[in-house]
Amino acid sequence: MSNNDLNRLFDKAFKYVGICCTFFGLVMLVIFIANILMDGLQRIDWDFLTNLPSRRAEKAGILTAWTGTAWILGLTAIISIPLGVAAGIYLQEYGKKNRFAYIVELNIANLAGVPSVIYGLLGLEIFVRTLQFGGSLLAGAFTLALLILPIIIVATREALKAVPNSLREASYGMGATKWQTIWYQILPAASGGILTGIILALSRAVGETAPLIVIGALAYVPFVAQHPMDEFTVLPIQIFNWVSRPQPAFLVNGAAAIVILLILTFVMNGVAVYLRNKWQKKISW
Amino acid sequence: MKHIEAKNVNVYYGDNHVLKDITLSIKENTVTAFIGPSGCGKSTFLRTLNRMNDYIESFRKKGKVYIDGKEIYDKKVRVEELRRQVGMVFQKPNPFPKSIFENVAYGLKIHGITNKKEIEETVEKSLKQSALWGEVKDILNKPALSLSGGQQQRLCIARTLAVKPTIILMDEPASALDPISTAKIEELISELKEKYTIVIVTHNMQQAARVSDRTAFFYLGDLVEYEKTSELFTNPRHKQTENYITGRFG
Repeated sequence: MSNNDLNRLFDKAFKYVGICCTFFGLVMLVIFIANILMDGLQRIDWDFLTNLPSRRAEKAGILTAWTGTAWILGLTAIISIPLGVAAGIYLQEYGKKNRFAYIVELNIANLAGVPSVIYGLLGLEIFVRTLQFGGSLLAGAFTLALLILPIIIVATREALKAVPNSLREASYGMGATKWQTIWYQILPAASGGILTGIILALSRAVGETAPLIVIGALAYVPFVAQHPMDEFTVLPIQIFNWVSRPQPAFLVNGAAAIVILLILTFVMNGVAVYLRNKWQKKISW
Repeated sequence: MKHIEAKNVNVYYGDNHVLKDITLSIKENTVTAFIGPSGCGKSTFLRTLNRMNDYIESFRKKGKVYIDGKEIYDKKVRVEELRRQVGMVFQKPNPFPKSIFENVAYGLKIHGITNKKEIEETVEKSLKQSALWGEVKDILNKPALSLSGGQQQRLCIARTLAVKPTIILMDEPASALDPISTAKIEELISELKEKYTIVIVTHNMQQAARVSDRTAFFYLGDLVEYEKTSELFTNPRHKQTENYITGRFG
C-alpha cells in the first residue's frame, strides 16, 4: 500500500471514529431521558406540583422543593448579577493590564473550577456560622452566588472584550467619560453575551446539590418558604432524598421531579441560546 | 490667529520614538492635510491633538500642544471638554449600533443637554450640515448600521458637529469609501471649512491636493515639510517630499 492510500485510509477511519464518538454521547443522553420520562411522566400532575412532601409516596409533592428552587434562583440572581457584572466591568475596562491583573484573572479562572462542595464548606463557615444566617435561603443563595460569580465575571469580560474598540473611540472622541461610554454604549452592545452568561450560570446554580446539603438545607420541609431567613429545600435535594429510599414508588416520584428539573434547566439554556443568536444578528460590525 | 500650536512634540510608545520634535501651527478655518507613508506618525500626531492616545498605556509625550493658547495636556484641562471642542472622525465609519437620531443626539446627552426641542433642532441642523438630512429625514429611527458606508461616515461627521466643536480631526475619513462617497466627503470638508478648523490625515495625495490649504509631510516620525498645499505639491523643497508625492516610494 502506498503512503497516499494509507493516509486516505486514516482519513476515512477517523471520520467513522468521530461519528461513533459523537453518537455515544447523544445515544446515552437519549436513553437516559427516555428512561426518566417513562418512569416519571405518568406521575406528573397538578397535585404533584402543589402537594407538600409526605411519607406516603403517592401523596407527596414537590411544592416546597420548586418554591425553594425559585427562591434560591431569585436571591442568587439578585446577589450575584450586580457583583459579577461590576467585577467584570472593572477588570476589563478599568483595571490596568499588569502582573497583578494577570494573577487575579488566573485565580478567577481557577475558582470556576473549584468543586462545589468546597464552596459549601466556605458558605457553612461564613454565612451559616459567622454571619448567623443559619440553614436559611439567604445562606444558600449567598453560597451559590459565590459559586457562580467566577462564571458571570468571565462571561462579562468576554462579552466586553468582543465589543470593538472603534465603539469606545467613537464615544471617547465625542467627550464622553469612561462611565458614560460603558453605560450608554459598551454595556448595551455586550448585553447579549452578559445575559447569556448569567442565565447559564444561574442554570448551574439551580442544579447544585452538594453545597446546599453542606450548609444544611433540609430534605423534609413541611411548609413553603415565606421569607429569606426560612429553612428550605430545593429540587435536586428532594430528588436525592427520594431516589435514596428503598420503596419503588419514591423512585417514580424522583423521576418525575427530575423531569421538572430538566425542563427548568432546558428552558433556561434555551433562552440563553435564543438571546445569544438574537444579539448576534442584531449587532454586526 | 494660531488655533493649534505644537511645540517640540515628541511621542514614544514604550521605547519606540514615533514622533520627533514636531513643531507646527495651524490657523483657524483652514484645512490642513497630513500625508506620509504608513507608520510615519501622522495618525499618532492627529490623536495627540485631542488626547486620544491617553488610552494607550505605553504612550509618553514630551513637548507642548496648545489649542487657543491653552496647553491641552495641562492637569487642569478636562479631557472630556477638550474632546467636545476637538471632534474626531475615524477611518472606518463607526456609528453606534443605535438609531440615526440617537447617534447624533448622543453627544448632547453626555454633555448634559436634556431639552427635547433643543436636541431635535440640533440633530436636524447637524444632519443638514453634513449633507445627510435629505436622505435620512424620514428614517431617523432606523438603525444607523443600515445606512451605506458613505452615509455612515457623514452620520459620524454630523454626530461630531452636534456638540459644536471648533476643530475637527479626520483620520483617513474616506479610505473605506467608494469614489462617489469620497467626493461627497471632500465636498463636505470644503463647506465645513467656513466654520471649523479641519485637520485631515490621508493616504490619497490627490485628496490632500484637492481639499487642503496646507500640507504637512511626515516621514519616519519627522515633520519633513509643512507648506501651502499648492507650494508643496508643485515645488517641494525636500528630496524626500518630492520622491513621495511623485510616487517613488510610500
